[in-house]
Parts: sequence; C-alpha cells; structure tokens
Amino acid sequence: MSAGDTDSTDEAKGAEDTGETNDEAGADSPDRTPSGRVDVCVVGAGPAGGLVAHRLAERGHDVVVLEAGPRFDPAERLERMERAIRPSADDRSVWAMGGPRDAFTTPGERFYPLNVARVKGVGGSTLHWQGMVMRLHESDFRRESRNGVAADWPVDYETLAPYYAEAEAALGVAGASDNPFAPPRDDPHPLPAFEPSYSDSLFAEACERVGVTTHSVPNARNSEPYDGRSACVGFGTCKPVCPSGAKYTAESHVEKAEQAGARVLDQVPVQRLEHDAAGERVEAAVYATPESEEFRQEARAFVLACGGVENPRLLLLSASEQYPDGLANSSGAVGRYFMDHLFAGMGGTVEKRTRQNHVGFITTESHQFYDDPGAGAKGTDGAIPATDADLGPIKLEFLNYAGPSPVEMALGAETWGDDLLSQLREGYGNHVAMGALVGQLPRAENRISLDPERTDDHGNPVPAIHWRVDDRTKRTLKRANEIQRRILEAMGVDIQWSVGPDNTGPAYHHMGTTRMGTDPESSVVDSRLRTHDLSNLWIPSSSAFVTSGAMNPTLTIAALALRVADDLDSRL
Amino acid sequence: MELTRRDALAALAGGGIAVGSVGALAWDRLDEMDDADAADEKSSSVPTGETLVALAEAVYPSAVENVGEFVETYVVGRASARPEYERGVVETAALVEEYAAEWFGAPVSELSREDRDELLRQMGVETADPIPDGRPAQRVRYYVVNELQYALYTSPTGGKLVGIENPQGHAGGTDSYRRGPKR
Repeated sequence: MSAGDTDSTDEAKGAEDTGETNDEAGADSPDRTPSGRVDVCVVGAGPAGGLVAHRLAERGHDVVVLEAGPRFDPAERLERMERAIRPSADDRSVWAMGGPRDAFTTPGERFYPLNVARVKGVGGSTLHWQGMVMRLHESDFRRESRNGVAADWPVDYETLAPYYAEAEAALGVAGASDNPFAPPRDDPHPLPAFEPSYSDSLFAEACERVGVTTHSVPNARNSEPYDGRSACVGFGTCKPVCPSGAKYTAESHVEKAEQAGARVLDQVPVQRLEHDAAGERVEAAVYATPESEEFRQEARAFVLACGGVENPRLLLLSASEQYPDGLANSSGAVGRYFMDHLFAGMGGTVEKRTRQNHVGFITTESHQFYDDPGAGAKGTDGAIPATDADLGPIKLEFLNYAGPSPVEMALGAETWGDDLLSQLREGYGNHVAMGALVGQLPRAENRISLDPERTDDHGNPVPAIHWRVDDRTKRTLKRANEIQRRILEAMGVDIQWSVGPDNTGPAYHHMGTTRMGTDPESSVVDSRLRTHDLSNLWIPSSSAFVTSGAMNPTLTIAALALRVADDLDSRL
Repeated sequence: MELTRRDALAALAGGGIAVGSVGALAWDRLDEMDDADAADEKSSSVPTGETLVALAEAVYPSAVENVGEFVETYVVGRASARPEYERGVVETAALVEEYAAEWFGAPVSELSREDRDELLRQMGVETADPIPDGRPAQRVRYYVVNELQYALYTSPTGGKLVGIENPQGHAGGTDSYRRGPKR
C-alpha cells in the first residue's frame, strides 16, 4: 500500500473496538433541539469558539455553540493520563478520536495522521495540546514585502498586539520578557514564566559557546494558581492530558460562556450551512443529534471555529445550486493553501545526568534564527555558519523530556525484576534533545477536499488531505538540523538520532485553508475574518492564516477570535 | 529501598483513586469480594493477595522492600474503586495459580523467586501484549505485571530507584526538574 492509498482505517479501530464511541456523555440525553433564532451560532467549542461565545454572551448576546464531539468529564482526567502512559493493544485513543465520525483519507504525496492531530469535544484540540503560546513576529505578517514569497496578511502585528495581550490574559500565559527576538509588547505576561530546567542550564552553556542566545518560553500553563485553576503539579503528561487543570483548555471559556448565558450543545456535528435565497447570508446551521435527528439552528450571525480541516470541509459540504463549489468559495481558495509546521529534531546522550521527564513542557527556546534563519553566529568557542539560502523562519526548542520515561519503558519491557531495573538505569538519565519548528509556505496544491469515495457516519464525504513538503521547507529543516548539530556538538553529545528533511513530520497545526485577504478573487475571508461572499459568516481560525510562520498558532487564533467577538458585538 | 504505604497511595492517586473514598485497604476486603462477585469465576482457592505479593516479589527488583504492604494497599485500592479491575485481577491471579499447580506442583507463594520468574516466562508473559480479555499471558501482563509496574514506577520510591524522584504520572511538583543531579 502506498502512502496515497492509506486511510484512517487503523486509527478508526480504536473507538470502534472499545465501545467508547464518541458518545462519552453517557446515558443522559440533554435537550439538543435548537433554540429560536439567536444572535450568534458558533460552530465548534475549541479555543476560538469558546472565546467568541464567552465574550459575546457576557455582553448580553444570545449565543448557541454547536460541538461535534462530547463533553469529557474532568473527573476522568487521571484515568485518561493512565491510559496515555500504559501501552494498550486495544489502541484506545485518549480522547476517543477515530471511528466513522472522524474518517479521512490522504491521497496526497504524504500520509497525514489527522486523528492524532486534533480532538473533537468541548475544549477541542486544547484538550491534548502542548500549550505553547508565542506571538507571531512582525515579519510573519509581511512575508511577501519582506522576503518576496507568499503573500502579506491584510492585518499587521500592531493591529493584533492588543488582542494578543487579551488572549494572554484569557489563557493565563506564564512568560517573561527576556526574549530579545520577540516582537514588542506593552505589558508583562499575566503569570511569571516557569524557571529553566537543569538541562536548560547545560544547553545554555553550549549555546554560549556557539553564539546562540536562549530565553524563556510562554506557556498556557499556570505557574501559580490563576483563573480558578491549579498551578502545575508536575504530572509530566501535558500532552495528551493534564490531570491537574493547570494547562489551559478551552473548556474554561466554554464553561464561562455557559455561565454568561450561552447554550452549548455537544455531539451535534453540523452537516451543512444553509443560505438565504439571495445567497448573501447564512440562515441556519443544520446539525445532527446522537438520536439521528436533524435540526436547523438559525442565527443572525455565524462563526466557524472547527479548525483548519473541518472549517473548509463544512463550507465544501454546504454547496448549493447557487454555490456549487461550496459556500464562501467564489475564490476557489476554500481548502487550498493547507499548511503545517514541520518538526526538525536531534538528540543523543551525554556523560552526565540530564534530569529529563520530570515535567512535560518546555522551559527554554531560541528564536535567534526566526527573522534571519541564515544568519551566522559566533560564540566563545565555536560558531554557526551563515548561509545565503532562501529559508523560512526557524524556532528552536530545548526539550525537558528527551529519551524514555522510566515508567513507559517498564510497561513495554520484555523483562522484569533486577533485569528490568538495570535496563531502566541504563536507558534513563543521560539523554538530551532539541526540537525545532519550520513553517511551510502556502501552496494551492496542498489542500483539503472532499473524498467522493468515502463517507462518514452521517453519509457526508470525508476530508481528503493532499499534502506534500516542498523543497524550501526541506532546505529550512536542513538548516535547523545544522544549527542543532553545532549546539549538541558543543555540548559533547553523542548524537544518536535526527529528524530532518527526509523523515520529518507535522506539528499538527492546521493552517491556511480559508485564507484571509483583501481580494475576493484569491481569498476567503477579509481582514476582519468575515467571508467575502456571505455577510454574516466569520471564521476566526488558523484556517484564515495567510502564512504559517514557525510559532505555535493557538495564541494567534485566540487573538483573532477576540477581535471577531468585538466586531460582532458592535454589529449585533 | 523501602516502599511505603504513601508510595502506594501516591500511585493510586495517579490513577484517579482518592483513598478517602475507598476506606481501609486490606486483603480481607478483597477476600470478601473474592467470596462474592468474583467467586463464580475464580478457579483457585489461594487468596488473591497471597498470589499477587508472591508475583510482585519476582516482578519487582530485589532491592525493593516492604512489597507486601505496598501491593496490598495499591491492589485493594484499585479493586475497591473499579469493579472491573477487581474481577480481572482476582480471576487472573487464580489463573496463575492454576499454571503453578500444573507446572510446579505448588502455590506461587511456595515457589522460589527464580521459579516464580520462570513460571511467568513459561507462560509467555514477558512478550505478551497487555490485553484485559486476551489470552492467559496477555491477561497476566495486563492485570498483574503492568499493574504492578505502573504502581511501582509512578511512585516516588520506584522513580528514585531509576534516578527520577518525580516520575511521569506522579504529581511531584515543579521543583525537581530544576534541580541538578546529586553528587
């Protein structure tokens, strides 16, 4: 079977075999009939949907949120953590992804592991995310004018900066202002940054030798109690599950939205959007219930917030006589320009203890090669060579979870007793590793389309992911590896593995598929995230990103969502 | 290195079981369950706790002390909070006793540490996938070996054996990752 033939059959197995279909709400069957025509219907209860719903509800608007997945009981987080740590031949997904609901195909050049890259449920993919929240750089909004590639965003950093600050307050970002490469900010982060790890100090010495500056990492993770949630207690399993609640999940804002009067329906996948006779406004979101009923939720305004794959899919599924190519798709750009960040990594062992796997998050990065990835550097005892190659931005990460976790080794070992303890002592303790993110440029051929050959549990064509990694991205991955190698060599690391151009994988950041722009001929939404074609449809999402940068996208998603909420508030 | 009841409680907490909710954690509690729900399925008269402690003494490193109390607290705590686990562990312990009687002619607790180890290996447990409703070796891997390993290596004492005082799965705070190794 070639990569192009691969589909989600194996991933689908998990939910089907365990009986843990996506119905985690249990026997209770809450009222899932629609409300009367409301002010705003939000599709998707992840971070964008949660933030929009909360802000609008607290300002007095009638809001209904329709979420395809279930509500996951917070009381079960520790059991989910155990499920994440323990190997299981039944292949159970921690967040119940898979099965007919989530089927997909990947006819492109490369397989894309979609169902490990997202979560459907109240909280969305923040349920399993790492929680890294950086602002995009000013340069990211001006790729075309600055580098002559791709396109500029129709908004700039200065416009988004106040919303970034609001997003940091909403998510509870722990950070510091020690990053000399970061874009300007007016105020400190709401929470103090997590202190560097012991292994960070080893990296810092090596980086100084080759002229690389390190700094703290903004985390959407409580370094002290914040917003009714605990400080981090160090379970070390942040991704895919934080049992303490210290890591932000969008459940927080969905709950606040409900407290402010919003109505949130779970397990109601939206099947299509229906527009008025003039084709100018969306009239209703048609959704299905677990009892296989279908209802229409009418609203004055609609907000699509179901991520970079389901947003374009829903627009394509909403094709009508008037819009045979899908809703909001007169440009033909819906689903196109799919981008992800690619991972570059390298690691090995040193002849000293490195104290890994105490926590599951990162405390040091370097953004030195972000705005100028080809720049050289010179340190006290070495250098990073410069290059003139055409490259994209690089974000360097220093991992706190390099090498194996002892408990996971023990659970998978083919021995026990003293033999096992010897293996664990030999296997744990001396590892170090670096990661890096590299962004793809938008390319029309990378796209989400509908697969006419396969349908989901409601008979809708599943998303087909056409995806390949281009030469520029591979060149940038190679550059990231070059920098990583210099640092690790300066540290005296016996390098044992690397992930680069030939074996890279996606970081699960789905971007670009309903791109923003001023020209309705080439973009789906305008600079304020409203679709060009329909006057009451907004898409605050990474799907609106014009370019990807190399920063984790969720803080920018949150900033865009808060901006859309303000716009909607003033219009309604 | 001595395992403590506190280690077992920490491992239980990591599995989402609050001790206050399950009362006293002693084998007689499990024996009562043996007599009730699981009795029909149980194929050996050897008390479950006796079998599990004997197996833990083979599965755990020899440097570990106080295995009996640790395993009792952990297993009974899990069984009290999760009926499906209780049934599985009682049945699986009895299954191992059947093999012990067949192959070694004695209960597990009367076998040497080496023979207990050999019993598990002859069953194929070391290479078996952990499957709760699988073949005997797979069930033993799931309900006995991996349960015991999860309890030990997510506990602070188990972690320290390997050099990590805050192992994954244990809420050991945010100080240890910043500390250097002890010299």
